[in-house]
Amino acid sequence: MADEIVFCRGGGCTAKLGAGVLSRVLSCLPKGARDDNLLVGYDSRDDAAVYQVSEDLAIVQTLDFFPPMLDDPYLFGQIAAANALSDVYAMGGEVKTALNIVCFPEKMDLNILGEIMRGGSEKVKEAGAVLVGGHSIADDSVKYGLSVMGTIHPDKVYANNRGQAGDVLILTKKLGVGIVCTANRVGEASKEAMEEAIRSMTTLNKYAAEICTKYDVHACTDVTGFGFLGHLHEMLDGRLSARIRARQIPVLQEALQHAEEFLLTAAGQRNRNHTEPFVRFRHISFAMEEVLFDPQTSGGLLIAVEPVQAEALEMELQKAGLPARIVGELTNRTDPEILVV
Amino acid sequence: MNRIVNAMGDACPIPVVKTKNAIKELGEEGGSVETLVDNEIAVQNLTKMANQKGYPVQSEKLEQNKYRVVMTIGTETTVEKEEENKVACVPDRRTGNTVVVISSSCMGEGDDALGTVLMKGFIYAISQQDELPATILFYNGGAKLTCEDAPTLEDLKSLEAQGVEILTCGTCLNHYGLTDKLKVGTVTNMYVIAEKMTQASLIVKP
Repeated sequence: MADEIVFCRGGGCTAKLGAGVLSRVLSCLPKGARDDNLLVGYDSRDDAAVYQVSEDLAIVQTLDFFPPMLDDPYLFGQIAAANALSDVYAMGGEVKTALNIVCFPEKMDLNILGEIMRGGSEKVKEAGAVLVGGHSIADDSVKYGLSVMGTIHPDKVYANNRGQAGDVLILTKKLGVGIVCTANRVGEASKEAMEEAIRSMTTLNKYAAEICTKYDVHACTDVTGFGFLGHLHEMLDGRLSARIRARQIPVLQEALQHAEEFLLTAAGQRNRNHTEPFVRFRHISFAMEEVLFDPQTSGGLLIAVEPVQAEALEMELQKAGLPARIVGELTNRTDPEILVV
Repeated sequence: MNRIVNAMGDACPIPVVKTKNAIKELGEEGGSVETLVDNEIAVQNLTKMANQKGYPVQSEKLEQNKYRVVMTIGTETTVEKEEENKVACVPDRRTGNTVVVISSSCMGEGDDALGTVLMKGFIYAISQQDELPATILFYNGGAKLTCEDAPTLEDLKSLEAQGVEILTCGTCLNHYGLTDKLKVGTVTNMYVIAEKMTQASLIVKP
Protein backbone atom coordinates (compact mmCIF):
# COMPACT_ATOMS: atom_id res chain seq x y z
CA MET A 1 0.00 0.00 0.00
CA ALA A 2 2.85 2.34 0.87
CA ASP A 3 4.13 1.81 -2.66
CA GLU A 4 0.85 2.93 -4.15
CA ILE A 5 0.91 6.24 -2.34
CA VAL A 6 4.29 7.05 -3.83
CA PHE A 7 3.17 5.65 -7.18
CA CYS A 8 1.03 8.62 -8.19
CA ARG A 9 2.03 12.17 -7.39
CA GLY A 10 0.50 14.03 -10.26
CA GLY A 11 1.53 12.80 -13.64
CA GLY A 12 0.40 12.32 -17.18
CA CYS A 13 0.82 15.28 -19.44
CA THR A 14 0.59 17.65 -16.47
CA ALA A 15 4.22 16.69 -15.91
CA LYS A 16 5.33 18.16 -19.24
CA LEU A 17 7.77 21.05 -19.31
CA GLY A 18 6.16 24.35 -20.31
CA ALA A 19 6.18 25.29 -23.99
CA GLY A 20 7.92 28.58 -23.24
CA VAL A 21 10.91 27.00 -21.49
CA LEU A 22 11.15 24.27 -24.08
CA SER A 23 11.27 26.50 -27.15
CA ARG A 24 14.04 28.59 -25.55
CA VAL A 25 16.19 25.49 -25.15
CA LEU A 26 15.37 24.05 -28.57
CA SER A 27 16.15 27.28 -30.37
CA CYS A 28 19.69 27.20 -28.91
CA LEU A 29 20.59 23.74 -30.19
CA PRO A 30 23.19 23.57 -32.96
CA LYS A 31 21.66 22.50 -36.26
CA GLY A 32 23.43 19.96 -38.41
CA ALA A 33 23.37 19.88 -42.19
CA ARG A 34 19.90 19.87 -43.63
CA ASP A 35 18.60 16.46 -44.68
CA ASP A 36 16.00 16.70 -47.44
CA ASN A 37 14.50 13.38 -46.44
CA LEU A 38 13.41 14.81 -43.10
CA LEU A 39 9.87 15.87 -43.94
CA VAL A 40 8.87 16.91 -40.42
CA GLY A 41 11.39 17.66 -37.67
CA TYR A 42 11.18 19.56 -34.43
CA ASP A 43 11.39 22.88 -36.24
CA SER A 44 7.68 22.64 -36.89
CA ARG A 45 6.94 21.63 -33.28
CA ASP A 46 4.89 18.77 -34.66
CA ASP A 47 3.75 15.64 -32.86
CA ALA A 48 6.26 13.28 -34.44
CA ALA A 49 9.17 13.28 -36.87
CA VAL A 50 8.64 12.03 -40.42
CA TYR A 51 11.57 10.76 -42.49
CA GLN A 52 11.22 9.73 -46.10
CA VAL A 53 12.96 6.47 -47.00
CA SER A 54 11.68 5.91 -50.54
CA GLU A 55 9.36 7.50 -53.07
CA ASP A 56 6.22 6.09 -51.49
CA LEU A 57 7.32 5.40 -47.93
CA ALA A 58 8.23 7.51 -44.93
CA ILE A 59 8.66 6.51 -41.31
CA VAL A 60 7.06 8.32 -38.39
CA GLN A 61 9.00 8.36 -35.12
CA THR A 62 7.91 9.55 -31.73
CA LEU A 63 8.45 8.94 -28.05
CA ASP A 64 6.41 9.87 -25.03
CA PHE A 65 6.56 8.88 -21.37
CA PHE A 66 5.41 10.33 -18.07
CA PRO A 67 4.69 9.62 -14.40
CA PRO A 68 1.38 8.03 -13.33
CA MET A 69 -1.71 10.25 -13.15
CA LEU A 70 -3.78 7.62 -11.29
CA ASP A 71 -3.19 4.84 -8.79
CA ASP A 72 -4.01 1.82 -10.96
CA PRO A 73 -0.79 0.62 -12.65
CA TYR A 74 -2.59 -1.41 -15.33
CA LEU A 75 -4.72 1.54 -16.43
CA PHE A 76 -1.70 3.83 -16.23
CA GLY A 77 0.10 1.49 -18.64
CA GLN A 78 -2.82 1.61 -21.06
CA ILE A 79 -3.06 5.39 -20.91
CA ALA A 80 0.69 5.97 -21.33
CA ALA A 81 0.71 3.67 -24.37
CA ALA A 82 -2.43 5.21 -25.93
CA ASN A 83 -0.84 8.63 -25.44
CA ALA A 84 2.46 7.63 -27.09
CA LEU A 85 0.77 5.86 -30.02
CA SER A 86 -1.41 8.92 -30.59
CA ASP A 87 1.42 11.00 -32.03
CA VAL A 88 1.67 8.63 -35.00
CA TYR A 89 -2.08 8.82 -35.58
CA ALA A 90 -1.94 12.61 -35.41
CA MET A 91 0.48 12.53 -38.37
CA GLY A 92 -1.85 10.23 -40.33
CA GLY A 93 0.49 7.23 -39.98
CA GLU A 94 0.03 3.56 -39.16
CA VAL A 95 1.92 2.25 -36.12
CA LYS A 96 4.24 -0.68 -36.73
CA THR A 97 6.61 -1.20 -33.77
CA ALA A 98 6.94 0.06 -30.20
CA LEU A 99 9.68 0.00 -27.54
CA ASN A 100 8.98 0.29 -23.81
CA ILE A 101 10.58 3.08 -21.79
CA VAL A 102 10.55 2.41 -18.05
CA CYS A 103 11.80 4.22 -14.94
CA PHE A 104 11.10 2.21 -11.80
CA PRO A 105 12.31 2.29 -8.16
CA GLU A 106 14.32 -0.79 -7.26
CA LYS A 107 12.51 -1.17 -3.93
CA MET A 108 9.02 -1.10 -5.38
CA ASP A 109 6.97 -4.25 -5.92
CA LEU A 110 7.81 -5.64 -9.38
CA ASN A 111 4.21 -6.79 -9.81
CA ILE A 112 3.33 -3.13 -10.23
CA LEU A 113 5.77 -2.86 -13.12
CA GLY A 114 4.28 -6.04 -14.58
CA GLU A 115 0.81 -4.50 -14.48
CA ILE A 116 1.99 -1.27 -16.11
CA MET A 117 3.62 -3.17 -18.95
CA ARG A 118 0.63 -5.47 -19.36
CA GLY A 119 -1.61 -2.41 -19.85
CA GLY A 120 0.88 -0.93 -22.30
CA SER A 121 1.31 -4.07 -24.37
CA GLU A 122 -2.46 -4.56 -24.65
CA LYS A 123 -2.79 -1.13 -26.25
CA VAL A 124 0.13 -1.81 -28.60
CA LYS A 125 -1.65 -4.99 -29.66
CA GLU A 126 -4.97 -3.17 -30.12
CA ALA A 127 -3.10 -0.68 -32.32
CA GLY A 128 -1.98 -3.55 -34.54
CA ALA A 129 1.68 -2.93 -33.75
CA VAL A 130 4.33 -5.18 -32.20
CA LEU A 131 6.30 -4.58 -29.04
CA VAL A 132 9.92 -5.17 -30.00
CA GLY A 133 11.94 -4.30 -26.91
CA GLY A 134 12.65 -1.51 -24.49
CA HIS A 135 14.90 0.09 -21.95
CA SER A 136 14.50 0.40 -18.19
CA ILE A 137 16.44 2.26 -15.51
CA ALA A 138 16.21 2.43 -11.74
CA ASP A 139 14.87 5.80 -10.66
CA ASP A 140 13.24 7.24 -7.57
CA SER A 141 9.84 7.60 -9.23
CA VAL A 142 7.80 5.63 -11.75
CA LYS A 143 7.67 6.71 -15.39
CA TYR A 144 6.45 4.75 -18.36
CA GLY A 145 5.85 5.24 -22.05
CA LEU A 146 6.72 4.09 -25.54
CA SER A 147 8.95 4.93 -28.42
CA VAL A 148 6.83 4.26 -31.49
CA MET A 149 7.66 3.79 -35.16
CA GLY A 150 5.01 3.99 -37.84
CA THR A 151 4.80 4.27 -41.60
CA ILE A 152 3.08 6.74 -43.88
CA HIS A 153 2.93 7.74 -47.51
CA PRO A 154 5.07 10.90 -47.86
CA ASP A 155 2.23 12.75 -49.64
CA LYS A 156 -0.30 11.95 -46.94
CA VAL A 157 1.38 13.43 -43.88
CA TYR A 158 -0.89 15.60 -41.70
CA ALA A 159 1.41 18.33 -40.49
CA ASN A 160 -0.09 20.29 -37.61
CA ASN A 161 0.52 23.61 -39.36
CA ARG A 162 -0.91 23.22 -42.87
CA GLY A 163 -4.45 24.34 -42.13
CA GLN A 164 -6.16 26.75 -44.53
CA ALA A 165 -8.41 29.72 -43.82
CA GLY A 166 -11.98 28.46 -43.90
CA ASP A 167 -11.15 24.97 -42.61
CA VAL A 168 -13.50 23.66 -39.97
CA LEU A 169 -12.01 22.43 -36.69
CA ILE A 170 -13.18 19.17 -35.14
CA LEU A 171 -12.14 17.86 -31.72
CA THR A 172 -12.58 14.12 -31.17
CA LYS A 173 -12.39 13.74 -27.36
CA LYS A 174 -13.73 15.63 -24.35
CA LEU A 175 -11.47 18.13 -22.57
CA GLY A 176 -10.91 18.21 -18.81
CA VAL A 177 -9.13 14.91 -18.05
CA GLY A 178 -6.23 16.80 -16.41
CA ILE A 179 -8.54 18.61 -14.00
CA VAL A 180 -10.57 15.48 -13.20
CA CYS A 181 -7.39 13.48 -12.42
CA THR A 182 -6.15 16.35 -10.24
CA ALA A 183 -9.47 16.46 -8.37
CA ASN A 184 -9.24 12.69 -7.97
CA ARG A 185 -5.84 13.05 -6.33
CA VAL A 186 -7.31 15.22 -3.58
CA GLY A 187 -10.33 12.93 -3.24
CA GLU A 188 -12.85 15.25 -4.92
CA ALA A 189 -13.65 13.50 -8.23
CA SER A 190 -16.71 11.26 -8.45
CA LYS A 191 -16.26 7.64 -9.44
CA GLU A 192 -18.32 8.20 -12.60
CA ALA A 193 -16.24 11.18 -13.72
CA MET A 194 -13.00 9.31 -13.15
CA GLU A 195 -14.33 6.32 -15.10
CA GLU A 196 -15.31 8.55 -17.99
CA ALA A 197 -11.88 10.22 -17.95
CA ILE A 198 -10.17 6.81 -17.94
CA ARG A 199 -12.34 5.58 -20.82
CA SER A 200 -11.38 8.68 -22.77
CA MET A 201 -7.65 8.39 -22.02
CA THR A 202 -7.48 4.68 -22.88
CA THR A 203 -9.29 5.18 -26.22
CA LEU A 204 -6.82 4.97 -29.09
CA ASN A 205 -6.91 7.81 -31.60
CA LYS A 206 -6.54 5.07 -34.21
CA TYR A 207 -10.31 4.97 -34.83
CA ALA A 208 -10.61 8.72 -35.41
CA ALA A 209 -7.49 8.69 -37.59
CA GLU A 210 -8.81 5.86 -39.78
CA ILE A 211 -12.03 7.77 -40.43
CA CYS A 212 -10.02 10.89 -41.31
CA THR A 213 -8.32 9.12 -44.22
CA LYS A 214 -11.59 9.35 -46.18
CA TYR A 215 -11.70 13.16 -45.92
CA ASP A 216 -9.56 16.10 -47.00
CA VAL A 217 -7.82 16.79 -43.71
CA HIS A 218 -5.36 19.68 -44.06
CA ALA A 219 -3.87 19.67 -40.58
CA CYS A 220 -4.11 17.49 -37.50
CA THR A 221 -2.59 17.37 -34.05
CA ASP A 222 -3.36 15.56 -30.84
CA VAL A 223 -4.34 17.66 -27.85
CA THR A 224 -1.96 16.81 -25.00
CA GLY A 225 0.19 18.67 -22.50
CA PHE A 226 -0.14 22.20 -23.88
CA GLY A 227 -3.94 22.03 -23.65
CA PHE A 228 -6.51 22.72 -26.35
CA LEU A 229 -5.54 26.37 -26.83
CA GLY A 230 -1.80 25.65 -26.76
CA HIS A 231 -2.02 23.03 -29.49
CA LEU A 232 -4.43 25.20 -31.48
CA HIS A 233 -1.91 28.06 -31.24
CA GLU A 234 0.76 25.81 -32.76
CA MET A 235 -1.63 24.78 -35.51
CA LEU A 236 -2.20 28.44 -36.44
CA ASP A 237 1.55 28.73 -37.15
CA GLY A 238 1.62 32.53 -36.94
CA ARG A 239 -0.28 32.86 -40.25
CA LEU A 240 -3.86 31.93 -39.37
CA SER A 241 -6.42 32.75 -36.71
CA ALA A 242 -9.24 30.71 -35.24
CA ARG A 243 -12.71 31.31 -33.94
CA ILE A 244 -13.81 28.80 -31.32
CA ARG A 245 -17.33 28.30 -29.99
CA ALA A 246 -16.93 27.26 -26.37
CA ARG A 247 -20.44 25.84 -26.14
CA GLN A 248 -19.64 23.29 -28.82
CA ILE A 249 -16.47 22.05 -27.13
CA PRO A 250 -16.90 18.52 -25.77
CA VAL A 251 -16.11 18.72 -22.04
CA LEU A 252 -16.19 16.34 -19.07
CA GLN A 253 -18.90 18.20 -17.15
CA GLU A 254 -17.37 17.53 -13.75
CA ALA A 255 -14.13 19.21 -14.83
CA LEU A 256 -16.00 22.53 -14.89
CA GLN A 257 -17.13 22.05 -11.28
CA HIS A 258 -13.61 21.23 -10.11
CA ALA A 259 -12.20 24.20 -12.01
CA GLU A 260 -14.64 26.41 -10.12
CA GLU A 261 -13.15 24.97 -6.94
CA PHE A 262 -9.65 25.84 -8.24
CA LEU A 263 -8.42 22.25 -8.32
CA LEU A 264 -5.92 23.30 -10.98
CA THR A 265 -2.51 22.08 -11.97
CA ALA A 266 0.74 23.99 -12.26
CA ALA A 267 0.94 22.84 -15.89
CA GLY A 268 -2.46 24.39 -16.58
CA GLN A 269 -1.23 27.72 -15.24
CA ARG A 270 1.97 27.44 -17.29
CA ASN A 271 -0.21 26.84 -20.36
CA ARG A 272 -2.19 29.97 -19.48
CA ASN A 273 1.00 32.01 -19.10
CA HIS A 274 2.24 30.84 -22.50
CA THR A 275 -0.94 30.96 -24.59
CA GLU A 276 -3.22 33.57 -22.99
CA PRO A 277 -1.57 36.53 -24.83
CA PHE A 278 -2.91 35.05 -28.10
CA VAL A 279 -6.46 34.47 -26.88
CA ARG A 280 -9.49 36.68 -26.33
CA PHE A 281 -12.38 35.22 -24.36
CA ARG A 282 -15.80 36.75 -24.93
CA HIS A 283 -18.25 35.99 -22.08
CA ILE A 284 -16.52 32.72 -21.21
CA SER A 285 -16.72 31.43 -17.63
CA PHE A 286 -13.53 31.11 -15.60
CA ALA A 287 -14.07 27.34 -15.36
CA MET A 288 -14.33 26.98 -19.15
CA GLU A 289 -11.16 29.06 -19.62
CA GLU A 290 -9.34 26.67 -17.30
CA VAL A 291 -10.64 23.63 -19.20
CA LEU A 292 -9.36 25.15 -22.45
CA PHE A 293 -5.88 25.50 -20.89
CA ASP A 294 -6.04 22.13 -19.12
CA PRO A 295 -3.20 19.75 -20.07
CA GLN A 296 -4.69 16.60 -21.57
CA THR A 297 -3.22 13.16 -21.17
CA SER A 298 -3.99 11.01 -24.22
CA GLY A 299 -6.29 13.73 -25.54
CA GLY A 300 -8.25 13.68 -28.79
CA LEU A 301 -7.31 14.75 -32.29
CA LEU A 302 -7.83 18.35 -33.36
CA ILE A 303 -8.58 18.21 -37.07
CA ALA A 304 -8.71 21.01 -39.66
CA VAL A 305 -10.87 19.71 -42.50
CA GLU A 306 -12.15 21.01 -45.84
CA PRO A 307 -15.32 22.94 -44.87
CA VAL A 308 -17.76 21.16 -47.19
CA GLN A 309 -16.87 17.82 -45.61
CA ALA A 310 -16.93 18.91 -41.98
CA GLU A 311 -20.46 17.87 -41.06
CA ALA A 312 -20.12 14.47 -42.73
CA LEU A 313 -16.83 13.85 -40.87
CA GLU A 314 -18.35 14.96 -37.57
CA MET A 315 -21.27 12.59 -38.08
CA GLU A 316 -19.06 9.63 -38.99
CA LEU A 317 -16.84 10.17 -35.93
CA GLN A 318 -19.94 10.34 -33.72
CA LYS A 319 -21.31 7.15 -35.28
CA ALA A 320 -18.04 5.45 -34.28
CA GLY A 321 -18.90 6.32 -30.66
CA LEU A 322 -16.56 9.29 -30.27
CA PRO A 323 -17.75 12.52 -28.59
CA ALA A 324 -16.43 14.48 -31.61
CA ARG A 325 -17.76 17.96 -32.29
CA ILE A 326 -17.17 20.81 -34.71
CA VAL A 327 -15.65 23.45 -32.42
CA GLY A 328 -14.79 26.36 -34.72
CA GLU A 329 -13.10 27.52 -37.90
CA LEU A 330 -9.73 28.72 -39.13
CA THR A 331 -9.67 32.23 -40.58
CA ASN A 332 -7.13 34.54 -42.13
CA ARG A 333 -4.82 36.13 -39.61
CA THR A 334 -6.56 38.71 -37.43
CA ASP A 335 -6.18 40.08 -33.94
CA PRO A 336 -6.74 38.30 -31.59
CA GLU A 337 -5.22 35.12 -32.95
CA ILE A 338 -7.77 32.97 -31.12
CA LEU A 339 -11.24 34.27 -30.36
CA VAL A 340 -13.33 32.11 -28.02
CA VAL A 341 -17.02 32.99 -28.01
CA MET B 1 -8.28 36.56 12.57
CA ASN B 2 -5.11 35.69 10.75
CA ARG B 3 -4.08 32.25 9.54
CA ILE B 4 -0.81 31.00 8.15
CA VAL B 5 -0.70 28.10 5.70
CA ASN B 6 2.57 26.36 5.03
CA ALA B 7 2.40 24.88 1.53
CA MET B 8 6.16 24.74 0.93
CA GLY B 9 7.00 21.63 -1.09
CA ASP B 10 3.37 21.06 -2.07
CA ALA B 11 2.44 20.61 -5.72
CA CYS B 12 -0.61 22.34 -7.22
CA PRO B 13 -3.48 22.13 -6.36
CA ILE B 14 -2.49 21.35 -2.72
CA PRO B 15 -1.57 24.99 -1.81
CA VAL B 16 -5.01 26.08 -3.08
CA VAL B 17 -6.77 23.24 -1.22
CA LYS B 18 -4.96 24.12 2.05
CA THR B 19 -5.71 27.83 1.62
CA LYS B 20 -9.40 27.14 0.94
CA ASN B 21 -9.58 25.09 4.13
CA ALA B 22 -7.98 27.94 6.10
CA ILE B 23 -10.51 30.40 4.59
CA LYS B 24 -13.32 28.09 5.67
CA GLU B 25 -11.92 28.02 9.21
CA LEU B 26 -12.03 31.82 9.35
CA GLY B 27 -15.80 31.54 9.35
CA GLU B 28 -18.14 34.45 8.73
CA GLU B 29 -15.99 37.07 10.46
CA GLY B 30 -13.33 36.86 7.80
CA GLY B 31 -9.70 37.86 8.28
CA SER B 32 -6.53 37.19 6.36
CA VAL B 33 -4.81 34.04 5.18
CA GLU B 34 -1.10 34.01 4.52
CA THR B 35 0.13 31.09 2.35
CA LEU B 36 3.79 30.18 1.93
CA VAL B 37 4.72 28.37 -1.30
CA ASP B 38 7.96 27.48 -3.06
CA ASN B 39 7.20 28.36 -6.68
CA GLU B 40 5.82 31.17 -8.76
CA ILE B 41 3.19 29.07 -10.53
CA ALA B 42 1.60 28.28 -7.15
CA VAL B 43 1.56 32.05 -6.44
CA GLN B 44 -0.27 32.56 -9.76
CA ASN B 45 -2.82 29.82 -9.04
CA LEU B 46 -3.53 31.30 -5.58
CA THR B 47 -3.83 34.81 -7.04
CA LYS B 48 -6.19 33.50 -9.71
CA MET B 49 -8.46 32.03 -7.04
CA ALA B 50 -8.39 35.25 -4.99
CA ASN B 51 -9.27 37.33 -8.06
CA GLN B 52 -12.16 35.03 -8.96
CA LYS B 53 -13.48 35.12 -5.41
CA GLY B 54 -13.00 38.88 -5.15
CA TYR B 55 -10.53 38.67 -2.24
CA PRO B 56 -7.88 41.42 -2.19
CA VAL B 57 -4.54 39.67 -2.67
CA GLN B 58 -0.86 40.55 -2.38
CA SER B 59 2.20 38.43 -2.96
CA GLU B 60 5.94 38.81 -2.49
CA LYS B 61 9.08 36.80 -2.99
CA LEU B 62 10.72 36.30 0.41
CA GLU B 63 13.83 34.50 -0.82
CA GLN B 64 14.90 32.03 -3.51
CA ASN B 65 12.05 29.45 -3.81
CA LYS B 66 9.95 31.03 -1.06
CA TYR B 67 6.92 33.18 -1.71
CA ARG B 68 4.16 34.62 0.48
CA VAL B 69 0.59 35.20 -0.74
CA VAL B 70 -1.77 37.13 1.55
CA MET B 71 -5.53 37.22 0.94
CA THR B 72 -8.02 39.29 2.88
CA ILE B 73 -11.38 37.69 3.30
CA GLY B 74 -14.29 39.93 4.21
CA THR B 75 -17.97 39.68 3.41
CA GLU B 76 -18.35 43.08 1.68
CA THR B 77 -15.87 42.50 -1.12
CA THR B 78 -17.55 39.25 -2.09
CA VAL B 79 -20.91 40.97 -2.49
CA GLU B 80 -19.41 43.63 -4.76
CA LYS B 81 -17.94 40.94 -6.97
CA GLU B 82 -21.32 39.27 -7.39
CA GLU B 83 -22.89 42.55 -8.48
CA GLU B 84 -20.16 43.06 -11.02
CA ASN B 85 -20.93 39.66 -12.46
CA LYS B 86 -24.60 40.49 -12.77
CA VAL B 87 -23.83 43.55 -14.86
CA ALA B 88 -21.65 41.48 -17.19
CA CYS B 89 -24.53 39.08 -17.77
CA VAL B 90 -26.81 41.61 -19.49
CA PRO B 91 -27.19 40.33 -23.05
CA ASP B 92 -25.57 42.21 -25.87
CA ARG B 93 -28.44 43.86 -27.80
CA ARG B 94 -27.16 44.57 -31.25
CA THR B 95 -29.16 46.65 -33.64
CA GLY B 96 -29.46 46.22 -37.36
CA ASN B 97 -28.28 42.62 -37.40
CA THR B 98 -30.68 41.42 -40.08
CA VAL B 99 -30.16 37.93 -41.48
CA VAL B 100 -31.76 36.77 -44.72
CA VAL B 101 -32.33 33.03 -44.95
CA ILE B 102 -32.63 31.39 -48.38
CA SER B 103 -33.56 27.70 -48.08
CA SER B 104 -34.69 27.03 -51.65
CA SER B 105 -33.84 28.14 -55.15
CA CYS B 106 -37.52 29.02 -55.59
CA MET B 107 -39.59 31.66 -53.84
CA GLY B 108 -42.95 30.40 -52.65
CA GLU B 109 -44.83 27.26 -53.59
CA GLY B 110 -46.99 26.48 -56.59
CA ASP B 111 -44.94 26.71 -59.73
CA ASP B 112 -41.14 26.24 -59.64
CA ALA B 113 -40.51 28.13 -62.86
CA LEU B 114 -42.33 31.09 -61.37
CA GLY B 115 -40.53 30.52 -58.03
CA THR B 116 -37.14 30.82 -59.74
CA VAL B 117 -38.08 34.13 -61.34
CA LEU B 118 -39.45 35.43 -58.04
CA MET B 119 -36.28 34.47 -56.15
CA LYS B 120 -34.09 36.32 -58.65
CA GLY B 121 -36.37 39.32 -58.20
CA PHE B 122 -36.18 39.05 -54.43
CA ILE B 123 -32.37 38.97 -54.29
CA TYR B 124 -32.28 42.00 -56.61
CA ALA B 125 -34.80 43.82 -54.43
CA ILE B 126 -32.74 43.07 -51.30
CA SER B 127 -29.69 44.59 -52.98
CA GLN B 128 -31.67 47.79 -53.62
CA GLN B 129 -32.79 48.33 -49.99
CA ASP B 130 -31.58 51.38 -48.03
CA GLU B 131 -30.53 49.09 -45.19
CA LEU B 132 -28.70 45.97 -46.28
CA PRO B 133 -28.77 42.78 -44.20
CA ALA B 134 -25.64 41.80 -42.27
CA THR B 135 -25.69 38.24 -43.54
CA ILE B 136 -27.44 36.09 -46.16
CA LEU B 137 -27.53 32.34 -45.46
CA PHE B 138 -28.01 29.78 -48.24
CA TYR B 139 -28.86 26.16 -47.54
CA ASN B 140 -30.50 23.13 -49.16
CA GLY B 141 -31.81 24.22 -52.62
CA GLY B 142 -30.72 27.78 -51.75
CA ALA B 143 -27.10 26.65 -52.07
CA LYS B 144 -27.53 26.55 -55.88
CA LEU B 145 -27.98 30.34 -55.94
CA THR B 146 -24.38 31.12 -54.97
CA CYS B 147 -22.88 28.76 -57.56
CA GLU B 148 -21.75 28.96 -61.16
CA ASP B 149 -24.47 29.85 -63.71
CA ALA B 150 -26.98 30.98 -61.05
CA PRO B 151 -29.10 33.94 -62.26
CA THR B 152 -28.60 35.59 -58.85
CA LEU B 153 -24.78 35.73 -58.92
CA GLU B 154 -24.37 39.29 -60.10
CA ASP B 155 -26.66 40.78 -57.44
CA LEU B 156 -25.05 38.65 -54.72
CA LYS B 157 -21.57 39.80 -55.77
CA SER B 158 -22.70 43.39 -55.53
CA LEU B 159 -24.14 42.72 -52.06
CA GLU B 160 -20.88 41.10 -50.99
CA ALA B 161 -18.92 44.08 -52.29
CA GLN B 162 -21.02 46.29 -50.02
CA GLY B 163 -20.06 44.25 -46.95
CA VAL B 164 -22.91 41.75 -46.79
CA GLU B 165 -21.69 38.38 -45.56
CA ILE B 166 -22.73 35.61 -47.98
CA LEU B 167 -22.59 32.13 -46.40
CA THR B 168 -23.47 28.83 -48.07
CA CYS B 169 -23.93 25.50 -46.30
CA GLY B 170 -20.96 23.23 -47.07
CA THR B 171 -22.84 19.98 -46.55
CA CYS B 172 -25.43 21.19 -49.09
CA LEU B 173 -22.79 22.10 -51.70
CA ASN B 174 -21.33 18.64 -51.25
CA HIS B 175 -24.75 17.01 -51.58
CA TYR B 176 -25.56 18.76 -54.86
CA GLY B 177 -22.02 18.18 -56.22
CA LEU B 178 -21.37 21.94 -56.28
CA THR B 179 -18.24 21.96 -54.10
CA ASP B 180 -16.05 23.50 -56.82
CA LYS B 181 -18.76 25.71 -58.24
CA LEU B 182 -19.22 28.26 -55.42
CA LYS B 183 -18.79 31.69 -56.98
CA VAL B 184 -19.68 34.16 -54.22
CA GLY B 185 -19.13 34.30 -50.45
CA THR B 186 -17.74 31.50 -48.33
CA VAL B 187 -18.64 28.01 -47.17
CA THR B 188 -20.15 27.56 -43.73
CA ASN B 189 -21.48 24.86 -41.40
CA MET B 190 -24.59 24.28 -39.32
CA TYR B 191 -23.15 25.76 -36.12
CA VAL B 192 -22.49 29.07 -37.84
CA ILE B 193 -25.91 28.96 -39.51
CA ALA B 194 -27.61 28.33 -36.16
CA GLU B 195 -25.51 31.02 -34.48
CA LYS B 196 -26.27 33.64 -37.14
CA MET B 197 -29.97 32.91 -36.90
CA THR B 198 -30.19 32.91 -33.10
CA GLN B 199 -28.19 36.14 -32.85
CA ALA B 200 -30.10 37.95 -35.58
CA SER B 201 -32.21 40.97 -34.62
CA LEU B 202 -34.48 40.18 -37.58
CA ILE B 203 -34.73 37.12 -39.81
CA VAL B 204 -36.09 37.58 -43.32
CA LYS B 205 -37.16 34.40 -45.06
CA PRO B 206 -38.89 34.68 -48.44
